[in-house]
Amino acid sequence: MQKIFSKPESLKDVPMSYCPGCGHGIIHRLIAECIDELGIREKTIAVAPVGCAVFAYDYFNFDTTEAPHGRPPAVATGIKRANPDKFVFTYQGDGDIAAIGMAETIHAANRGENITIIFVNNANYGMTGGQMAPTTLIGQKTDTTPFGRDPKREGYPIHLCELLATLEGTTYLERVSIYNPQNIIKAKKAIKKAFQCQLDGKGFSLVEVISNCPVDWGMTTLESIKWTEETFIKTFPLGVVKDRS
Amino acid sequence: MSKKELVKGNIALCEGAIAAGVKAYFGYPITPQNEVPSYMSRKMVELGRVFIQAESELAAANMVLGAAVSGARAMTSSSSPGISLKQEAISYMAGMQLPALIVNVQRGGPGLGNIAGAQSDYFQAVKGGGHGDYRVIVLAPNSAQEMYEMAYDAFDLAEKYRTPVMILSDGVVGQMMEPVEFNRPGKKEFEPKDWCLNGCKGREPLSVQSLLMQEGALEQHNIKLQAKYKTIEQNEVKIETYKTEDAKVIIVAYGISSRIAKSAVKLARKEGIKAGLLRPKTLWPFPSEAITALAKNGVKFLAVELSHGQMVEDVRLAVNGKCPVEFLGKAGGGIVTEQEIVQKLRS
Repeated sequence: MQKIFSKPESLKDVPMSYCPGCGHGIIHRLIAECIDELGIREKTIAVAPVGCAVFAYDYFNFDTTEAPHGRPPAVATGIKRANPDKFVFTYQGDGDIAAIGMAETIHAANRGENITIIFVNNANYGMTGGQMAPTTLIGQKTDTTPFGRDPKREGYPIHLCELLATLEGTTYLERVSIYNPQNIIKAKKAIKKAFQCQLDGKGFSLVEVISNCPVDWGMTTLESIKWTEETFIKTFPLGVVKDRS
Repeated sequence: MSKKELVKGNIALCEGAIAAGVKAYFGYPITPQNEVPSYMSRKMVELGRVFIQAESELAAANMVLGAAVSGARAMTSSSSPGISLKQEAISYMAGMQLPALIVNVQRGGPGLGNIAGAQSDYFQAVKGGGHGDYRVIVLAPNSAQEMYEMAYDAFDLAEKYRTPVMILSDGVVGQMMEPVEFNRPGKKEFEPKDWCLNGCKGREPLSVQSLLMQEGALEQHNIKLQAKYKTIEQNEVKIETYKTEDAKVIIVAYGISSRIAKSAVKLARKEGIKAGLLRPKTLWPFPSEAITALAKNGVKFLAVELSHGQMVEDVRLAVNGKCPVEFLGKAGGGIVTEQEIVQKLRS
């Protein structure tokens, strides 16, 4: 019998600790598939964030390290500058990349660091129990916005791709989602393109993946998928934000 | 090739690190260490090595972490307020067991303080600084020559123990010009490391991290770190003594204070006061045993610092009540003078 579907070599054969219905597992798999297909597993060094994906190093089957909260772009800068021949990417959540780590994000992008960031936007801090993130939607209830995010009190959701697009240093920025198979295929294409951008030495690439967090959103998996499609991506429209690759 | 030049302490430090083969420097402007990023921005680029002026001290220290995790010799420098920001990455590097060099050319505090030399960051440097149960090796140069030599030696020390090393200098030593003999060979070959991340070609993937969530794992990790610190304490204490053999009053001073203290000992000896000097060249590990050995009846100690009394606490711990320990110091820009020390020795 011919085997037509298997686990990517870049993923370890271990159970993941993510909640049922969470998008991280799918995104991990897409990254692993891209790394396998590009044949770069043995030259990859990945940086995990603080947040749910801190456990990424238990799941990826290539060299990984960690960074203090928000600092993956600085850590990746250090790795890549000292080792320009290696493939370096960070995996970061919305709080990590756009709140505590905004300075590191903007400056790594502005320097045009030849690294790739996979930015998982699920509109809340998942690991700590669903607090407001910089990307939390207006009116969205979280652990720390019990009355819904009010712009007068908490400001507005940050559109990171659009913000980074204004910087000369950025090369490729795309926002994708994974709420249905069609979008999962698009997400994989974007990730692969971002990786290729780095391999070609073209500079800073970032893919923002709109993902779901059913447990902290207080929804079933199906409800979270529906909310992503009907509400979440209305605030964060999908598509290529910048492509100079 | 050995050559002698009149340079600032901060420049001597750069040359020491360059000779040791530092591959990447990450910095941020702050006085009184600005000569370091300025000099490195030219030299490192000319040498085809890495220089980045980071967006913050936080970022610079985390860039060091990234370069270090790949096995590259990496360093950053700053002055007191900037070192506070670097503590985050220093704690992580201690936990991840990453070798790196962090240089503090101390200035006055607390807060923004001023830009004059000071020694008020002793607690921060030797007691941990960041969160968690860890130590960094702390070297205390007192001349431009030692800025060169300690920067050169720091990387070997850091790699030997897989730990961050801090050079705790001060604005005076950093800024003053002295003849420096650049007498160390340029390094090209380093010991191979089996822990660093360089891609998993031909081996199982590695993960270098400080997060240890499995039951008991962090406890075991901490026991391992403490055992390492014990070894460092046994092997790496360095001191200089001056006329301590017959001394009735022994000054303990490091960095710029030790230079002043040495002059004070000479002046006091002329007056017939049997003074001596014990200078810690390593602040952690602290020379507790050497101090304990000198703590006898009829002897007293005097700690001299550009602070309001930080290192003196470790002197008292080492003396353990066996003889008196006094203190002389000031902070905020003032320098303790030879005459002030001699006056204290007379009392």
